[in-house]
Parts: sequence; C-alpha cells; structure tokens
Amino acid sequence: MRRYSAFAIAREAARYHTGWERAWASPEPKKKYDVIIVGAGGHGLATAFYLGKNFGITNVAIIEKGWLGGGNTGRNTTIIRSNYLQDSSAAIYEKARSLYETMSQDLNYNVMFSPRGVMMLAQTEHEVRGYQRTAHANALQGVKTEFIGPERVKELCPIICIDGPRYPVLGALWQERGGTGRHDAVAWGYARACSDMGMDIIQKCEVVGVRSSGGKVVGVDTTKGPIDCDKLGLVVAGNSGALANMAGFRLPMESVALQALVSEPIKPCMDVVVMANTVHGYMSQSDKGEMVIGGGTDGFNNYTQRGSFHHIEETVRALVETFPIISRLKMLRQWGGIVDVTGDRSPVIGKTPLGNCFINAGWGTGGFKAIPGGGWATAELIAKGEPGPLAAEFGMERFIEGRFIDESVAAGVAH
Amino acid sequence: MSTRLSTGGKYLNRSDQRRFTFNGKQFTGYEGDTLASALLANDQMLMGRSFKYHRPRGVVASGAEEPNALVNLGTGGTFEPNQRATTTELFDGLTATSQNHWPSLEFDIGVANNAMARFFPAGFYYKTFMAPRAAWKHVFEPIVRQSAGLGQVPKDRDADTYEHFYAFYDVVIVGGGVAGLQAALAAGSAGAKVLLMEQTAHLGGRAVIDGGEVDGKPVDAWVADAGETLDAMPNVTVRLRMMGAGVYDHGYVLGYERVRDHDPMAEGPRHRLWRIRTQQIVTATGAIERPLSFAGNDIPGVMLASAVRDYVDGYGVSPGDRTVVVTNNDDAYRTAISLKKAGLEVPVILDARASGGGALADEAKGLGIRVETGKGIAKVKGGKRVTGVAVCAQAGEGAVLEEIACDAVAMSGGWSPVVHLWSHCGGKLFWDEDQAHFRPDPNRPPTSHDGKGFVIPAGSANGPMDLAEVMGDAHAAGLAAAKALGLKSGKAAAPKVAPQPEAAMEPVWLMPQGAGPKLRMKAWLDYQNDVKVSDVRLAAQEGYESVEHTKRYTTLGMATDQGKLSNINGLAVLSDALNQPIPATGTTTFRPPYTPISFGAIAGEARADTFQPLRKTPIHDWHEAQGAFFEPVGHWRRPYCFPRQGETHSDAVNREINQTRKSVGLLDASTLGKIIVKGPDAGRFLDMLYTNMMSTLKPGKCRYGLMCNENGFLIDDGVVARIDEDTFLCHTTTGGAERIHGWMEDWLQCEWWDWKVFTANVTEQFAQIAVVGPNARKVLEKLGGMDVSKDALAFMEWKDGQLGGFDCRAYRISFSGELSYEIAVPASQGRAFWDALLVAGEEFGMMPYGTEALHVMRAEKGFIMIGDETDGTVIPQDLGLNWAISKKKEDFLGKRAQERPHMTDPSRWKLVGLETLDGSVIPDGSYAIAEGTNANGQRNTQGRVTSTYYSPTLEKGIAMGLVLYGPDRMGEVIEFNKVDGSTVAARIVDPVFYDKDGEKQNV
Repeated sequence: MRRYSAFAIAREAARYHTGWERAWASPEPKKKYDVIIVGAGGHGLATAFYLGKNFGITNVAIIEKGWLGGGNTGRNTTIIRSNYLQDSSAAIYEKARSLYETMSQDLNYNVMFSPRGVMMLAQTEHEVRGYQRTAHANALQGVKTEFIGPERVKELCPIICIDGPRYPVLGALWQERGGTGRHDAVAWGYARACSDMGMDIIQKCEVVGVRSSGGKVVGVDTTKGPIDCDKLGLVVAGNSGALANMAGFRLPMESVALQALVSEPIKPCMDVVVMANTVHGYMSQSDKGEMVIGGGTDGFNNYTQRGSFHHIEETVRALVETFPIISRLKMLRQWGGIVDVTGDRSPVIGKTPLGNCFINAGWGTGGFKAIPGGGWATAELIAKGEPGPLAAEFGMERFIEGRFIDESVAAGVAH
Repeated sequence: MSTRLSTGGKYLNRSDQRRFTFNGKQFTGYEGDTLASALLANDQMLMGRSFKYHRPRGVVASGAEEPNALVNLGTGGTFEPNQRATTTELFDGLTATSQNHWPSLEFDIGVANNAMARFFPAGFYYKTFMAPRAAWKHVFEPIVRQSAGLGQVPKDRDADTYEHFYAFYDVVIVGGGVAGLQAALAAGSAGAKVLLMEQTAHLGGRAVIDGGEVDGKPVDAWVADAGETLDAMPNVTVRLRMMGAGVYDHGYVLGYERVRDHDPMAEGPRHRLWRIRTQQIVTATGAIERPLSFAGNDIPGVMLASAVRDYVDGYGVSPGDRTVVVTNNDDAYRTAISLKKAGLEVPVILDARASGGGALADEAKGLGIRVETGKGIAKVKGGKRVTGVAVCAQAGEGAVLEEIACDAVAMSGGWSPVVHLWSHCGGKLFWDEDQAHFRPDPNRPPTSHDGKGFVIPAGSANGPMDLAEVMGDAHAAGLAAAKALGLKSGKAAAPKVAPQPEAAMEPVWLMPQGAGPKLRMKAWLDYQNDVKVSDVRLAAQEGYESVEHTKRYTTLGMATDQGKLSNINGLAVLSDALNQPIPATGTTTFRPPYTPISFGAIAGEARADTFQPLRKTPIHDWHEAQGAFFEPVGHWRRPYCFPRQGETHSDAVNREINQTRKSVGLLDASTLGKIIVKGPDAGRFLDMLYTNMMSTLKPGKCRYGLMCNENGFLIDDGVVARIDEDTFLCHTTTGGAERIHGWMEDWLQCEWWDWKVFTANVTEQFAQIAVVGPNARKVLEKLGGMDVSKDALAFMEWKDGQLGGFDCRAYRISFSGELSYEIAVPASQGRAFWDALLVAGEEFGMMPYGTEALHVMRAEKGFIMIGDETDGTVIPQDLGLNWAISKKKEDFLGKRAQERPHMTDPSRWKLVGLETLDGSVIPDGSYAIAEGTNANGQRNTQGRVTSTYYSPTLEKGIAMGLVLYGPDRMGEVIEFNKVDGSTVAARIVDPVFYDKDGEKQNV
C-alpha cells in the first residue's frame, strides 16, 4: 500500500493524479476462508481489521450485499462519545473513542476525528439528577465528563437559547473529548487497510443462505456462489434478523427506521455537538457547514430505509426551539437507515446457537461511535471463540437471565 | 454585457418598477422579475463564488436547479442565507448580498484555492492533514471550516411566522405546466377532488416560452383558458408558489407554499406547510436541461440554453450581446432563434452531432445563423466573464479550429425528466437510450398499502419532450388517476397538437470526446461543489466504483441543488470510466425535499410559549400570582417551591416542610394521574397490572399499588381506590398518567380484548388538593361538612361528601408521613375550594408547598419515588417492597421476569437509608465505591445514591440508596464518590428516617 501524505499528493499533482492506486481491491471470492464476515459496514470492516492486526488472521473475506459502508455507517450523524452510564457500555464506547483518537494515523486515512466536545442538555430537574449520576459513574469508569452549568453551555455554544420559555437549560453533561468523525472515511480507511492485509472485500455479493452441519457453520451461499469458512461473523446492522433467520436462530431485536437530515451549509457557528433529550433532537455542524440533525426512531418496524415525516417535524421543532437562529435555514436532505434495537437498547456481541458463528448486532441508534470498539471486541470473540472483557456482558443470554444493560436510563433519545 | 431589452418579457409588468440592492449597490427591476433576471438586466453576471475553489460564478439556470446564484437575503430577523436568485421574486426594497468570499465578490482571497486546484482533487483531504495528530482539530479543520460553508449565519430570532395545513384530496398534481394543467382538466372533469400545485408564480411552465399551438390557439392563450376553466371547477384547487416537496408512504404529500416571500410586507405566515393525504399523485414536474462538460463551462456567462431563452423571452433580458450556442439536440436552436429575433448576435451554433439538426436547424439557418456540425467547444475563454470560445471537433481531442469572440455561451446537453417525487417512495427508473435519460418505469411505481402504484408521471416528467406527446401523455395520466379512483372520464378531451418532429439527440458526456487530463480538470460537473470530470474519473480509478461511493468521495450532487444539473452527467462520466453501461451504474437515491424547505415551515407554529401544549391545573394561576418557582413535569408546570421575599429556593423548601410538619401545609396534587377502570373484569385486570391483589379491595378502601413491565421492572406506583364493585380509580405519577393509560389500553386492546373493562383518563376532570400536617383535620373541620374523624375516615379509606359546601371525595392517604387528606373536587370548583381552604387554614399558618418539599418529606419517611429510586432497571424486591407483591396470584405482569436468575440474585443492590458522618448531603448521583477495579479497568462499585436531600426535620443530610447486601449491613460505613475524586463517608441505616412507627399518620 502506498502511503497517503501531502508529499504523495504533490507528486501525483505533477502527473494529473493518474498514478493513484485503488484504495481497495475488488476480487472474486475464493472457495474458502478462515473467517467470513458478512457485512462490510464499519463494524464488519473493523472486526476484520482487528482480526488481522491483533490476531494475525488475514485469510478473511468480508462479504457485502451492496457497497461497503453503505448501511448505517454512511447514514448516521457521526457523533462519537462515551459518556454512558453502565459500566460495560462505558467500557466499550470509551475503547472505541480512544481508538478514534489515533485512527487517522493507524489507518493512514484521514477519518477527521474531531474532538469538538459533546454536550447533553439537562432541561428538567430529573435530567439534572440523571446526568449528575452519569458524571459520577464516568468518574469511576475512566471516562472524562463533567456536569456544567447553563452559563458554560452558552459559552461553548453561543447559538443555544438557554432561557426558552418552556424548557430553560439547567446544565449539561459535557464530554470534552467527544466529537464527530467523517463516517464514510471510517469505512473506507478500514477497507483500504483490510485489503492491504490481503483480505478480500467482496461487494455486490448477497448472502442468501447459511450452510451448517452438526451445529456448526460450514459456509455461506451467496449470489456469487457458495463460499466455505471455518468461522462466520454476522455483522449486518439493519438485517441482523434476516441473517439470523438464514442461520436458523432468532434474535431479541426489532428493526426500525432512524432518520437524519442536514441543512444547507452556512459559515461556522457551532463548534460542539449538542443533544437535547427532553425536547428530542441533536445537532452539530459538519466541516462543510451543514447543520447535521437527528432525532428519535419511528414507532413501527420496517426495512425501507425511509421514515415518516412527522418524526422529522418533531425533531426540527425541538431544534428550532433550542437554536432559534436556524428557523430560516432550510432542510436540504432527509434520509433514513434501519437500526436493530434490543430490549435494553444495548448491543449483542457474542456467541450464537451455532458454535462457530458469532454475531455483532443490535447497536440501535448508537453504532457509529462504537465501530472501533465493537470491531476490537468482535475480533477477539471470533479469534478466541469466547468473549473478552469488553464483550463479556453483551451476550444474548442476558435477555434470558434478565441481566440487562439498560442505557435508556441515561439517554432517552437516539444518538 | 447583459442588459434589459427595450421590449419583450412575458412575465414582466414594466409599469411597476422595483428597487433593490445587491452588495449595497442600488438597482431597479420590474414586477415579475426574479432577483437573477433583475441582476442580469443590470449587467451583474457575477453572482457568487464556488464552494471549494472560490471560483467566480454567474447564474447558469433560471429556476430551482440553479447551483451558483445563491445570495444572503434580507437583514436582521428576516435574514436568510443561500437563497436562490432564480427563484426569488423581486420585491421593492429587497436587499441581497453575495456569499462565500472575502473581502468581496470581485476580489476573493479564497480564490487562492483555485490556483492550487491541482493539489486539491477529489478526496485530497482523506490523504493528508494527518500529522501531527492534534493538528487536524486545531489547525487544518478550522481552516477547512472557515473556507467551506456558504451563506452567513443568521444572528437574530426569526421575525416571521409559519403554519401547517392539513388537507385531503383524491388527486394531487405537482407541476402547473401544460402537462399538469391537462392532467387536472382530465381528472377534474371526471369529478375527482384535485389539488394542482405550481412552484413558480405562473402557470404554463416552459411551454409559455417555447411556444407552439394547442387546440388551434397559441399555447399561452391555451394556458390562460385552462387556468380559467380549472378556477371555475369547484372540485379543483390551484395553488401557485407551492412546491411538491416530498412523497411519503401511503399517499402522503408535503406541499411547501411560499405564501409571502414575494411580498414580505403582507400579513400572515411566511410559509405554509401542507400535509396532504391523497389517493393518487400525478407528477407533472417537467424536465431539466443538462449542461455540457467542456473546459471552462463554469465561467460566468456560460448558461443553459433554456435559461438564456427564459431570460430573453420571459424577462426581456439579454444575457449577452454575442451568444455562442452549443448543443447535442434540436431544442437549443430555439434559443438561437429567440436571441436572433430579439436582435442579438449569435455568431455560431456548434452542434456536436455530425449529422446536425432538423427543422429547427433549418429555421435558424434561414435567419442567417452560422451552424457548425460535429463541432464543440474545446475551451471557454475568460475569467469573471466569458470572452470567447475555442472551437474544436467533437470527435477529436480538442485541437482548436478557430476562436470566436462572445460574451455568453448557451449550452444544451439534452433533457432529464424530474423524477424526484416518483422516486422518493421507491418508484424505479429505466434508461431511455434514445433520449439518454432516466425516466419512470411504469411497471415499477411506488406502491401503496394495497400493492398498487399511487404515483403517475405526466408529460416531460415521464419522458416525452415534444408538445404533442406531452399533452397526450398528461391527458392519459389525468384519466388514469380518475380511473384508479373508480371514476368515469369526464368531458375533457385530449388536446390537439400538431407534432413537431425533431432530429434525434446524441449523448455528449464530454466535449470534446477525447479531452485529455488538462481539459477534464477544467470541465465542471457540479458547479457549486466544484466537482469536475477529472474528479469522477479519479474516484473510479481509486476504486470508489459504486455511484454512492463516487458521490460521497467527490461530493458530486451533494450541494444545495442536490445534483439537479450534475447527477446524470456525473454518472455518465463514471460509467465511461468503468467501461459499463449507464443503467449498470444507476442513480443515487432521491431524497426529499425536492428543493430545500425552511426549518421554520417544518416547525410551524410550535415555538416559544406554544412549543408544546402547556397543561395547567385549576390552581395554576394562583401559583403564578404567588410567584411560585415552576419546574416542568411532562407538559405540566408544577410549583417547585413558593419563595417569599428574600428567600432562596432552599430557604423556601425548608420553611414549607417545617410548617407542614409542625402545623399544616397544602399541595396542589391535581397533576397526579387519575384513571377510571370499570367493568365486570376490572378487578381481574388490575390484578394482572399491579403486583398487588386489587380484586380483594373493598369499596371505600384504598391500596398502594406497584406496576411492573414484562421485564419485571417497576414502572409506576400509586394509590388505587375501589369506588364500587365494578369501578376502580387508579392514581398514577404525574409524568406517568398518559403512559400508564396507554399501557392499560395496549393490554386491553391487543392481549385481553375479550375482557369486559373500560378505562378513562380523568386526570383533568378533578382538582386534587392534599391537606397535610398535624392540623389537617382541624382545617377540614373548620370548613365544615363531612365527618373526617379517625373513626369515620380511617387511614387508607375514602369517602364522598361535602366540605365547606363543595362536593368532594376525600382520601385518607399520606405521602409525607403526616396526617393527610387528599381531597378531589370537580376541576371547575378547584380554585374556589383552594381559596376556601386557604381561609380555613389561615389561623394554623397553613401554607402551600411545592414538589421539592414533597420530595424531601417522602424521603424523610423512606417512601420511594418513581424516577428516583427506579430507573427502569429496578424491581420492587430491590426496594424492600416484597410486601406489595402478592404471593397468592397466579400471574401478573412482571412475575415471570422477576423469577429469572439475575432478578433473584442475592447480590442485587438493595434499598437502604444513608447518613453522612459529617451531616453533609451526598452529591446527587454518587456511587458507593468498592476495592479494586474490574476487568476493563473501571473502579468497582457497591451501590449508589438514589435520593439525597438536606432534611430540615432532622437538620442533616439524608439519603436513600441501593447498596450491595445493604439491608444486611446496617451500621456499616461506606464511601461515596464525588466528581472531584474525593469521597464522602456514609453510614447504612434504615431508610425510614422519620416517625418509623407511623404514629403521625394514624391519628
């Protein structure tokens, strides 16, 4: 792999950029791999990357129905934070956040991680107490957050209205090293690194069946023919239920649409990410200048990757109230993605009823920020056959035992 | 130069002159002008700067597809960035400034990026800015952010208002061109209830400019007649300045009406968002002309041929004195003819087709215009304005045959149907080889609940470009919509139009065909985002082969015009680079809205005081008059406390508690949920809903009950009163009333639909007032009426009667540990009853207390609070509430869940009281720390605080918390963390701090 750098750009400019090589190869599938990962989204590619990097397993295929990074990795609002309440959540999200800190250098691909700071507004007394609790928990979890007052909120984000007539801002949970990243670049950077390690990323190749024998997976059937494997990882947010069905088991998950939207670009006016859970919406400004906006999930299950307008309305209304100056900006584009949601709003990283088949799923509305951590933990799970400490609590058996990892306590809204 | 022509301009009213300013300069225009046409009339071709390279840009289009001419409009509370000059109707006093430059439009420092463009190809930022690590956040990103963005940031709160409108139609027709009008005539005359919306200020669309004859009359006369006919039809509504913004599932259409953007001084809302349900949608949205990709095609003065024609014939403006026309189809000849007829020079028409054009070409030649076939533009010359073109053979690599001086170029690369609304909800497209465009695939429409299509494309939005074909197609679309509704066709007949055959267009995706890297780097695809042919080719070369990858890597089509001009050209270039047919490349997904719509319109009237409904108790106004400090609880506002002169909030809370405990206080408890559950199966139903046994409750008695969800977690609590054999009244928490009512209905409607139970949420039907404290009974006795003695109304009983002449229901229940009555009166009597109580209580020093005093008093008494002691992960057993869980019942919601291994695990944290050794208050949310760290390096914990207050009664900090083996560790001291890293020591004690034996309330 030829390294990217300012020098490389200058060199290429001299020859009209005709010398750039492919970021990733586009091979035909081999007959068999040590590990097949289904799903070339952020988590799937990260899983493959850490299989290679941490465990030296590189005879890996990542199979993708559409184009890599085209699911929720390319549809989210790019927020990265780890100010979670429960220990196991904080551990994996903080692992992910810390990996984001050095991802551009690790991958030699600028993923534009920008720790611009994330604040979650408290607009009721109840929320104040909730975020104070999170701040206390984070202090013991090694996650740096603090509860700040309304004046500091205004200082960090001057366009917030802190004294609105209905829900004045009473404070906020502030994570200074939270922020945003360039979502596509995360997928592309991992893909380039995986390809460089000799892994096969096979796009436009849909898995149509999972072949198993004696309680173990032997391979998958795809639109490009059967491919065998020793181990299988299912990392297909939005389609986890469908894939599990092919493998012959059910998941404690539902699939719902989550929508997002952007405004037309304007000059910089908002340096931080703001989440307002009481009124239900969150916003940041992209490097391009667009206000990037998200809200809650639709109240019904579907697979269409588009949502209902009334949710857009609810979200925009909340944000116009929180940031009155955006009223005369315009919505440029809205879109939707399908998220798999579990009963406790926390993911599943764990074993399945098929001994050599593993799953990473159910990130709900918060998958992007977890990509490197989820990949790290899933790679360990696949390589060792047992979860490591990061994934230990995230097995599906928790729903049978009642051992939930419930984050709805801390974040009533999508992220 | 561009200037106003002395005559002409179908849209203009030259008798109404309008003044406006652009970058501070005074200009004039006419009624009917757009800002773009008025600027052109004043020789202001340069209107903006591009996003990335800050290149000078002029207007290129005349409508919604315009990528370049974006301005800051207005000032102060009516300031708006990124407004398209081409869709901004001119009004008197309009002020506009150009965007994305410093220090000025003419001289922009940012154009340095242009000089460096060779170093800034697509995606360059993914390959650099990586070292040192902190530099991205602190150096590079701030530079990128500053130079990106477009319009200025609004500073002030929006001065305008917006509204929503809900409407229902049989057929919604989007687009008021000739196709939309004909479809409306056909569907309307069949009897359908029709809405026709047109995004501009006039009906007729392009046909008014392009001309032709319909039913034997000039097309503009036909348009006027059709408009009148539709106006006269009671079942047809026609709206101008209203855009079809989006199509959603089940016939949901979003209409965006710009009510007074063109007349800001008028009364009323600025925008109106129409939310429409319809059975059939006809998309008569027309087509958009494509630019041609040649070097320098972004220099101000290069415009779409159709736009040049619009400006000449519609607005009486000449974009240039000498205009070169370059085309791959016949339609652009119309522009040359228009220019010539307006007395302007057309030095040459460059027709890329070797075989040249048809009848229109002959007409142009007849007017003396030079036509060159098989030729194209190698390069446009000029900087801030076109000065000439270098002509080359289209089939070659760009060898210059001659140079021709000109100050404008009119280009046409063919036409693409506007398929956005067809596609929003899943309608599929197919590639029409003849016209080289994607158009709706009639076999794969977006489908509704019944599996049938509900969108019908009409006219050029469906592919046909010839007027005769357009009208025939539109008529059929209108009839098809009517037929889908089960209506018979009406008297409207298909219009008669003589076909005007044109010579076939030939796709030209790069001009010249063999243009090398140098030319490709100057051939723009996406003007606003500065994406060139070379960028798309680079994306393909680097493996970004999916059209979505290319879009995201290059930002093609992601600008404010959403690729209306660039998408098809871009994916053709991509297909060429990948050596695959265009349909194999496909399109990116079309997303709403068609053009951007204001957030103000989406939010509608919901802002400030009316942001959400505000619920008020009957006593709310009194609280307000007393200067109560409110907190939001759901949609309610509840008094947190009633501070008096000079008091802090905590002073007030302490005073309220002390007075209540010492004598008597009163609380407006009206917000507590009250749900009537009635029917023969009501007891059985409540037995399933609550952990307690409710069916055995005797009429006249009350019982405190707990509700859990299927996972066993505690979700609500409250006192249930049995009114009679069939009727219960369930109290819920304030925030829980609607949720619990929904919860009940969920079970009744989905699971136990055969049970004979009805529920009614009567929360707002009653005012409920708690009279609390040792003197509570005396206050009520002073009011006079029903017997409220211990014998007549014992603890946990209720009784109907009269107090002070008010019909009421009195409950002997207590959430403070004091002697306490909650008295419900009809809401209409609430305020009067409150006033009567105040008078009766005066001699006892009775005073109201707020939610904080309520919280502190219940914590002193060790009562749990939903949302404090519970957080969705707590089961009643954690809270020592086993006594409220019936052992006799076979089942209740949560029972099975509570038997799961983790729920019965003895190491679950359990409720205890906590007292700090130093009397201080433990911080809210604090955790009890334990030795060591876990496998992830996090500090181990052994509990947490759930409620923590200063108790004025005990004059020290008290708290409740959940602690590992807590109830077995009474007296033990554990450490709680603070965010500063220090800890506070607290002793584990009984959670009941006050009146452990209940002597106060059982009097």
